[in-house]
Amino acid sequence: MEYMLLVYSDPSHFEKLSPSQAAEGMAAYGAYREALQKAGVLRSANRLRPTPTATTVRLKSGKTEVLNGPYAETREQLGGYFLIDVPDLDVALSWAARCPGASHGVVEVRPIWQMGES
Amino acid sequence: MSPHDSHAPRAAEAAARRSYGKLIAFLAARTHDVAGAEDALSEAFAAALADWPLHGVPRTPEAWLLTVARRKSADALRQRRLDDAAAEQLLILSDLTIDDNEMTTELPDRRLGLLFACAHPGIDRDVRAPLMLQVVLGFDAATIASAFLVAPTTMGQRLSRAKAKIRQAGIGFDVPERAALRERLDAVLDAIYAAYAEGWSDPQGADARRRNLADEAIWLGRLVASLLPDEGEALGLLSLMLHAHARRDARRNPAGDYVPLGEQDPAQWDAAMIDEAETLLSQANRCGDVGRYQLEAAVQSAHAVRRRRVASDWAAIEQLYDALCALTGSPVAALNRAVALAETRGPAAGLAALDALANDARLADYQPYWAARADLLARSGDAVAAMQAYRQAIGLESDPAVRQFLQQRAAQLSAGST
Repeated sequence: MEYMLLVYSDPSHFEKLSPSQAAEGMAAYGAYREALQKAGVLRSANRLRPTPTATTVRLKSGKTEVLNGPYAETREQLGGYFLIDVPDLDVALSWAARCPGASHGVVEVRPIWQMGES
Repeated sequence: MSPHDSHAPRAAEAAARRSYGKLIAFLAARTHDVAGAEDALSEAFAAALADWPLHGVPRTPEAWLLTVARRKSADALRQRRLDDAAAEQLLILSDLTIDDNEMTTELPDRRLGLLFACAHPGIDRDVRAPLMLQVVLGFDAATIASAFLVAPTTMGQRLSRAKAKIRQAGIGFDVPERAALRERLDAVLDAIYAAYAEGWSDPQGADARRRNLADEAIWLGRLVASLLPDEGEALGLLSLMLHAHARRDARRNPAGDYVPLGEQDPAQWDAAMIDEAETLLSQANRCGDVGRYQLEAAVQSAHAVRRRRVASDWAAIEQLYDALCALTGSPVAALNRAVALAETRGPAAGLAALDALANDARLADYQPYWAARADLLARSGDAVAAMQAYRQAIGLESDPAVRQFLQQRAAQLSAGST
């Protein structure tokens, strides 16, 4: 089963860190990613640039509407994701708990809805 | 007790804590209907919270709760279609009458039987500890799910299925006969230890519910040890948990940083708890057969000597892990044996023992394996391989304090090697 681990955290958390703490935080993510790779469960992973860089598009009454900023303004923002392939939700949760994001934010675990699956 | 008693909610809570498992065990012993007993009991507690503040706490709260719970169970059964099964259950319930004498004396304690039902071979191994926490201690499914890192709905379903199995398969609440006792007891002890281990993994007590879990597991351990005082493994498990628990505060420094066992200040260990653990261990040793928990408690005892300003007895620890490996074949025991070997015969011997485990899939995602490997590689002078092992350990760790500790070790290593 494929699961998306969505990492939500408060961007200001990182701004408050000293350079060495920030480096340590990044290194923890790097090590986590490597552990996922080594376990053979990682499909893909990416970090997202902060929400001020977001642009939101939708079609309203047939006209496109383009807005600056993210879809939802919340304190905790989607900062990145890990797509993993593991046998079941229990295993997905054990990986989510190891994600550094679980201690400075939250990790939402969502099963992938495969095309054609009801 | 005076009416409008403000202590009533607390009295209900205290009665709940003290008697929950006892009442469940008593109510469900013959019907095998644990879920039904839980429903009835929760209604009885709700009734108590409504009634006691007005009329005062009854003289024997437990008996009051039981009487109401039995009435609620009977009502629930009557509301269903009165088929043969329900009629039979009603008959059993009416059999469970407590006469006035019993109202004033203690309920028969069937909790041990309830624990054996929870750890019955017919119940999935993974759900045994959660089931005990729920039916003996009254934990809700969401709390248990968090502790065991399982989705709450999944945990709820697993618990319901287990209770349905107890009812449908008619799993008895009897304490097994001597011959079968040892094997069945192991399952009970394993489940209690699983609950303890889940609680232990939250050393900061950041999650109050989890810290509670370690305490509750010790409570269960005490219950079993007191009900089976001649079973060495029951005493051994309690000794092991108390030894570990005695060090809980020493695992963090005042800044909240992780402190590994080897660097802990023994003065911070709970001396009274260690004394109790040692007494239990010597009692256990007098019972004859030595099992896993006595061996593991003995390992802790060999560390506890540091209280007397002497080093941990690594030679004894190595022998104990030899015995544990032979007894259980557990890869974790083999890992700990390798760590002990590094102390008695040097890091190269420890590494060789770790290499022998390198292909064990059960250790591939096990953080302590990689942390031990990193440490021994660093001590052997192989900084590059040590760094790789540290990265793997860091990536696998979920406790932020331990993760940071590992990162600092890795940073020291890279600073030293450049």
